[in-house]
Amino acid sequence: MGRKTFAVAALIAVTALTATACTGAAAPKGEAAAAATDPGGVSGTITVLTHRTDLVQNGTMKKYAAEFNRIYPKVTVKFEAITDYEGEVKIRMNTENYGDVLMIPNAVAKKDYPSFFASLGSAAALSGKYRFTGNTDVAGKVYGLATVGNANGFVYNKAVWKKAGVTAWPTSPQEFLDGLKAVKARTGAVPYYTNFKDQWPLTAGTAGIGSVSCDAQANDKLATSAAPWAEGSDLNVIDTLLYDTVHEKLSEKDPTTTNWETSKGLIARGEIATMQLGSWAISQMQAAAKTAGKNPDDIGFMPFPAQKDGKFCAILSPDYQQAVSIHSEHKDAARGWIDWFTEKSGFAQNEGSVPTARSGALPATLKPFEDNGVTLLERSEAKSAQVNAIDNAAEIGLAKPDYRQKLVDMARGVQSGSLEDYFADLDKRWSEAAKETAGS
Amino acid sequence: MTHTTHTPTTGVGKENPAARPAGGRARRAAKRRSRPPGRGPLSRVTPWLFLLAPLALLITFTYVPVANMVYYSFTDWDGVSPEIHLVGAGNYSELFTRPELFRVFFVSFYYLAASAVQIVIALYFATVLSFNLRLRNLFKGILFFPYLINGVAIGFVFLYFFQDGGTLDSVLSWFGAGSDHAWLGDPTSANVSLAGVSVWRFTGLNFVLFLGAIQSIPGELYEAAQLDGATRWHQFRYLIAPSIRPVISLSVILAVSGSLSVFEIPYIMTGGATGTTTFVIQTVKLAFQFNKTGLASAAAVVLLLIILLVTWIQRRLVPDGKVDLV
Repeated sequence: MGRKTFAVAALIAVTALTATACTGAAAPKGEAAAAATDPGGVSGTITVLTHRTDLVQNGTMKKYAAEFNRIYPKVTVKFEAITDYEGEVKIRMNTENYGDVLMIPNAVAKKDYPSFFASLGSAAALSGKYRFTGNTDVAGKVYGLATVGNANGFVYNKAVWKKAGVTAWPTSPQEFLDGLKAVKARTGAVPYYTNFKDQWPLTAGTAGIGSVSCDAQANDKLATSAAPWAEGSDLNVIDTLLYDTVHEKLSEKDPTTTNWETSKGLIARGEIATMQLGSWAISQMQAAAKTAGKNPDDIGFMPFPAQKDGKFCAILSPDYQQAVSIHSEHKDAARGWIDWFTEKSGFAQNEGSVPTARSGALPATLKPFEDNGVTLLERSEAKSAQVNAIDNAAEIGLAKPDYRQKLVDMARGVQSGSLEDYFADLDKRWSEAAKETAGS
Repeated sequence: MTHTTHTPTTGVGKENPAARPAGGRARRAAKRRSRPPGRGPLSRVTPWLFLLAPLALLITFTYVPVANMVYYSFTDWDGVSPEIHLVGAGNYSELFTRPELFRVFFVSFYYLAASAVQIVIALYFATVLSFNLRLRNLFKGILFFPYLINGVAIGFVFLYFFQDGGTLDSVLSWFGAGSDHAWLGDPTSANVSLAGVSVWRFTGLNFVLFLGAIQSIPGELYEAAQLDGATRWHQFRYLIAPSIRPVISLSVILAVSGSLSVFEIPYIMTGGATGTTTFVIQTVKLAFQFNKTGLASAAAVVLLLIILLVTWIQRRLVPDGKVDLV
């Protein structure tokens, strides 16, 4: 009997291994999703995968679809809202069933775009019309258009900062810390909120790479940098500011039990003064202020406290990009949706975000930036594929919370280690990974 | 062992005279069937036909995924890309040349210590509640209840429990022991708190296992022990403990493998921050944050081997002897 079980087990193993050989079979490459000349002639049902569960639940997306149907009457748009968007869609990418239009998951490496998505046209043609095309540009072809863009900075409660006696935006990290100290001393508010427990808010700092040196290429330069955390570099300044804020006890008392949803109400009511977040957060905080019966105009947005030649800089970076699945049966309809959504839906205005179409106006939320002469730079994405490869190989995770969580823990004194040693270690891992990825 | 205690019918029917002939008939029938099955190939195929459905499910949902994982562990797959390259034992050599990947096993000691506490508590309550006690079914229910709750829900409940000014703090302050302690704030406190949650959650399971084993001890043995003047403690020491030894040893194996592969509670409550990362959390992060599916699969295979090894050692040290009370 024992021998028989072994034989069965071996058989199973062999079948399983043969089965696995089929995993990730090569998909057709290089198909294009061309825009139709006559919207009335496009027909079919398309499924849009989206991470915006809130907008699907409250019917906003349906309204967009109805608007879309005025131009494309024969297309039916269905939405599939996914809460754990990244995790779920990443796995579905191994099948052929990942909707007709989807947000490109971050896990997909840039070089694989052509095997998953239909091309939307040449970069030369599209970059004049749209921002952020560089992010999905593979060999001169664009594979996705950003839904919206965001500027980096700090959401703050103007009333609280005013009460603390600070009305002008701080121009250096030291001034920012002094401002937080004033808030702590003169108001009852928590000067700065890390949102440590919910993790992803900590990644906001990474979106600010370039806003210190006022350099749109700052992110690209990481690909060739041996020490991204060297003294004076963008990452060094951004992460040191976080460290100092926490170290000088200017952040919430117990970061391990923070709550993102609650934090919106707290900043709206002036119990929190400042949070580092993208400009997309402004409208959410203003909505929270309305709910709390407070003045939404108290919610402000300030640039990163650093100036170059007397001017603030903010980096515009793309949100999720919409792409057409290469397996879609109605590529023209899917393309029609993306074009319409990016250009005509008014989504960016409604969300208070930077529109992807260059012709679109900046949202009202960024009016103070325009008025105060903040330089808005569109982040260059020429080398983002390499930067991501190095980042993953080094297991640092610039856009992931873990390394900043450790930084906050060290600043609070619950994990040992000095900031200098930590930066040196990060630099070492980065440069080793850079060598490794360049070699392979 | 006497014949009476081993009738195949349930304990309830033990003294029922009508149950006996029925049991006897069943046994005779079984004897007839156990003879080598009759001629013809069909009869030999029959058992396999019955097994077809469960085997198909077992292979599809257990063996194929495991084989897949083993296969991925020899590749550099990132989890999405259509390109997969075999890298031989590269992932394994990377794993074993990076000692920091194994340092997270220290966190398991918190959970191992907690499991010991958990087994003792479960054993205590199982023994006490196996005697006749007022409201004993209510207490059984209360003890088992936490095990029925979904792990994610428990994570959220205890997040509020440990929050600054949360349930724990307010309960403590009623007794004048209110403190400003951030329960999940530093590694030691966080790990102890999380291990405490896991005790709360899994005591019920151990308790039910123990209780079942204890209740299968024939009642006459207690009577005999009482006649001989044995106290409750003696009854536990010489009667209950030896007869439920297989279940205790099973619980210990489950506890060890469980504490090596803790995941749900720390992942939901702290996400592995502040020194609470366990080996499985680290593996998940490798696979889903850094897209190193190959390396993560290798780590999972290694964890499986470690657990098998620990279990094997344990079985060698404490062999599962036959229980013989009489």
